Amino acid sequence: MPAVSKGDGMRGLAVFISDIRNCKSKEAEVKRINKELANIRSKFKGDKALDGYSKKKYVCKLLFIFLLGHDIDFGHMEAVNLLSSNKYTEKQIGYLFISVLVNSNSELIRLINNAIKNDLASRNPTFMNLALHCIANVGSREMAEAFASDIPRILVAGDTMDSVKQSAALCLLRLNRTSPDLVPMGEWTARVVHLLNDQHLGVVTAATSLITTLAQKSPDDFKTSVSLAVARLSRIVTSASIDLQDYTYYFVAAPWLSVKLLRLLQCYPPPEDASLRSRLTECLETILNKAQEPPKSKKVQHSNAKNAVLFEAIALIIHHDSEPNLLVRACNQLGQFLQHRETNLRYLALESMCTLASSEFSHEAVKTHIETVISALKTERDVSVRQRAVDLLYAMCDRSNSKQIVAEMLSYLETADYSIREEIVLKVAILAEKYAVDYTWYVDTILNLIRIAGDYVSEEVWYRVIQIVINRDDVQGYAAKTVFEALQAPACHENLVKVGGYILGEFGNLIAGDPRSSPLVQFNLLHSKFHLCSVPTRALLLSAYIKFINLFPEVKGTIQDVLRSDSQLRNADVELQQRAVEYLRLSCIASTDILATVLEEMPPFPERESSILAKLKKKKGSSKLPDMDDSRKNVNGNTEFVCKNNGVIYENQLLQIGLKSEYRQNLGRMYVFYGNKTSTQFQSFSTSVSTALQLNVQEKPVDPLIEAGAQVQQILNIECVSDFSDTPVLNIQFRYGGTLQNIAVKLPVMLNKFFQPTEMMSQDFFQRWKQLGAPQQEVQKIFKAKNQMDTDVTKAKLLGFGVALLDGVDPNPANFVGAGIIHTKTTQVGCLLRLEPNAQAQMYRLTLRTSKESVSQRLCELLSEQF
Amino acid sequence: MIKAILIFNNHGKPRLSKFYEHYNEDTEQQIIRETFHLVSKRDENVCNFLEGGLLIGGSDYKLIYRHYATLYFVFCVDSSESELGILDLIQVFVETLDKCFENVCELDLIFHVDKVHHILAEMVMGGMVLETNMNEIITQVDAQNKMEKSETFIFQSTRQDR
Repeated sequence: MPAVSKGDGMRGLAVFISDIRNCKSKEAEVKRINKELANIRSKFKGDKALDGYSKKKYVCKLLFIFLLGHDIDFGHMEAVNLLSSNKYTEKQIGYLFISVLVNSNSELIRLINNAIKNDLASRNPTFMNLALHCIANVGSREMAEAFASDIPRILVAGDTMDSVKQSAALCLLRLNRTSPDLVPMGEWTARVVHLLNDQHLGVVTAATSLITTLAQKSPDDFKTSVSLAVARLSRIVTSASIDLQDYTYYFVAAPWLSVKLLRLLQCYPPPEDASLRSRLTECLETILNKAQEPPKSKKVQHSNAKNAVLFEAIALIIHHDSEPNLLVRACNQLGQFLQHRETNLRYLALESMCTLASSEFSHEAVKTHIETVISALKTERDVSVRQRAVDLLYAMCDRSNSKQIVAEMLSYLETADYSIREEIVLKVAILAEKYAVDYTWYVDTILNLIRIAGDYVSEEVWYRVIQIVINRDDVQGYAAKTVFEALQAPACHENLVKVGGYILGEFGNLIAGDPRSSPLVQFNLLHSKFHLCSVPTRALLLSAYIKFINLFPEVKGTIQDVLRSDSQLRNADVELQQRAVEYLRLSCIASTDILATVLEEMPPFPERESSILAKLKKKKGSSKLPDMDDSRKNVNGNTEFVCKNNGVIYENQLLQIGLKSEYRQNLGRMYVFYGNKTSTQFQSFSTSVSTALQLNVQEKPVDPLIEAGAQVQQILNIECVSDFSDTPVLNIQFRYGGTLQNIAVKLPVMLNKFFQPTEMMSQDFFQRWKQLGAPQQEVQKIFKAKNQMDTDVTKAKLLGFGVALLDGVDPNPANFVGAGIIHTKTTQVGCLLRLEPNAQAQMYRLTLRTSKESVSQRLCELLSEQF
Repeated sequence: MIKAILIFNNHGKPRLSKFYEHYNEDTEQQIIRETFHLVSKRDENVCNFLEGGLLIGGSDYKLIYRHYATLYFVFCVDSSESELGILDLIQVFVETLDKCFENVCELDLIFHVDKVHHILAEMVMGGMVLETNMNEIITQVDAQNKMEKSETFIFQSTRQDR
């Protein structure tokens, strides 16, 4: 016999529902509902007292109307009256109404609480359960205040029925969630833990949920639950499937409880007690083994239940992150699921692998599945699964596979679902920056991003590429060349115009030597896009034009004509008009010196946390992304600063140090920028420099307070007394939130900084080369190329090193020859150098001749690290 | 924790909505519509999980659903629940309804909304799973029915019902 017999419902209710269902239009439905509401309202207000049955019927009608999406603003009082009925059905419907249509009317809450109190005290398990359900479903603060102290008592009382215990445990859990401050911890905690030993598995399940939540908040109070949970789990896993009778679900023993126990164990580190630990490991192994056994049923419910336990066991293994053996087994298991025909399993496997990828024991094992994941990205029909594949690729990315992963993500982007494009763009941008060994790749990647998905490239992304290009002079020429080429496309995205305008405005001079990208060609190219762009982009282009006037005096006239045209000078947009007027005026009255000062190249940007990463974090909420900071702070080893003077030399979570420096003869001046990355003030900030005798470093005082998010500047004056090889160290001390921080950073002051380039004719060079012929004066080194061998890059590096490059000296045009003088206070040392690249062997030979042996040695060391 | 349990038909008509977190009526209706929109556009035989809509909390929440003939059963849960576990729970819920109503169909849910709520209450309470053992659930529902019958019998025969 069915448990609900269909005939004996409430006929009035059935008639009403049928009426609604027969309504032909929305209007008719609303009309019928309004009629019914009026009817019920008048019945409730009427003089005749309604009997319980009628009240119940009307309340049911109200519930149905509410489900259809109509506001119910009356009937609460009648529902409360039903609560105090002695009839089960009336009480039940009253509680249902209250649970579905909670109302924070305080008068009503008092009445409801009163009824609940009576039912809790009734010792009738059915009534008690109804009351506990109501508290749990409403979970309001008033209810917590009224009952938080009663419920633990019911939960641990010896004579409470099992079903009531179950309800009480979950009710307490709910109150703890909504008003934790009102739930007193106390002597009952120990007894709750012992519920894990209860005979009734339903009670154990409810108690496990409760303990898991409480243990997350106060782990010490519930430590004893670990051994009980392991014992219970072990009994379930090793039991024959029939032992647990009703709690066996499609041949799997108590899957729900197993999952909950495994969750509880994830609140704690691996057990310290050896025997307990081995018992747990045994359980986990058993679960992993069962996954390999043939299924006991073909039903999907069987495999679902079995795998629910398996995935939770894997989650625990990942959480413990201590047993390499288990981690690798877990990874292999997930690998099998990656190719399973059940979509659900593929989805979950991708998701679990994401967390597995962050464990050092299994990162490599995860990486072996890269091809499967990439093919999932290409072939999965379900966007949820593809999204997980993107997440996993992001998580498994490291230096060794970054190029492949970024390339795959880029090609997926062309066809990706609109809903996840922006996220993919952010991820690609982050990976490209994080793993960029050579920054030309980074620039290419970002420009590709703009080309493929320009609309989804947020401001953060293109700001970032500009920051990076400005902070790294080794990539500036390449960036200028690449954007110039990209802008040739007949239709390019506005974001590309922005990046192109900015970069050519700053570094257009680096490619101006090539007649194909002469200043005029560059300008015409940019200007051809001008009229298709929005106002902010046009404003940016105008700034690029004025920068051009400084970089290339020869196009000044052309640009002035453009600025002078009516469409600029009289533009309806205030910002554009003002820029045009001011730039035109500036270009007319300022001398070249003033122009050069005003329009100087941008200083390096202070390094903050990548704004892209911040954006992704915001988008994803709390996510398990690899932390950028750790890998970033050591990127800037000092060797990078041999050939350049500006950039970021140090960064951690709190502080970021950038510098800008200039040298003249044996003197140097260094501007050090300290940026506070936190939202808290740094106090007692002080610095000192320790240096060898051959250098004098004089520090200007620095402000002892750095406000949150602020940046302060310090000037260091440097004098080179005689040649040296030890770089000075900058010691920084400050208080951050009460703790003293000490940081020591090597300052990139090297001997070559005091170079003065010397131009000379071929015959002078050879004459001096011969004069410096003594064996101790020459130092030679042959070494393997660490980076790609690119003539332009090498040239830029040699120039950055400080020597003048002499063309036409070496008979072999592939070789480089340079000359310069090192200035120190006591003496000047003339230097000649020759660099011979061998592209076939990917080797270089570097020869240095100077008048002083120690100088030759040191310069050779410094320069040979650069290629 | 389970944040909401929704049942609606292939046209998006809600047949049961149970929220374990408080929203106002308007938002509840919007959530139902948004959820229907997300779930109904998915093909059959794709996976049963997807990220929650914006109204229900976005990607911190998952929608776990099953589609039976004319009805969608959707559970919205946070990260503390096992996805496959919830999928099983939906199955238990449906099997229980099937036993209680004998071949349950959409009409049963329409005409016996209160019963469906009572059955659900035996399984999920305040957003936490209370009982997963079908026999236990059915025993409880049977007990309720017995009490109900003994009470309704008294006034059933004579009443003119409107």
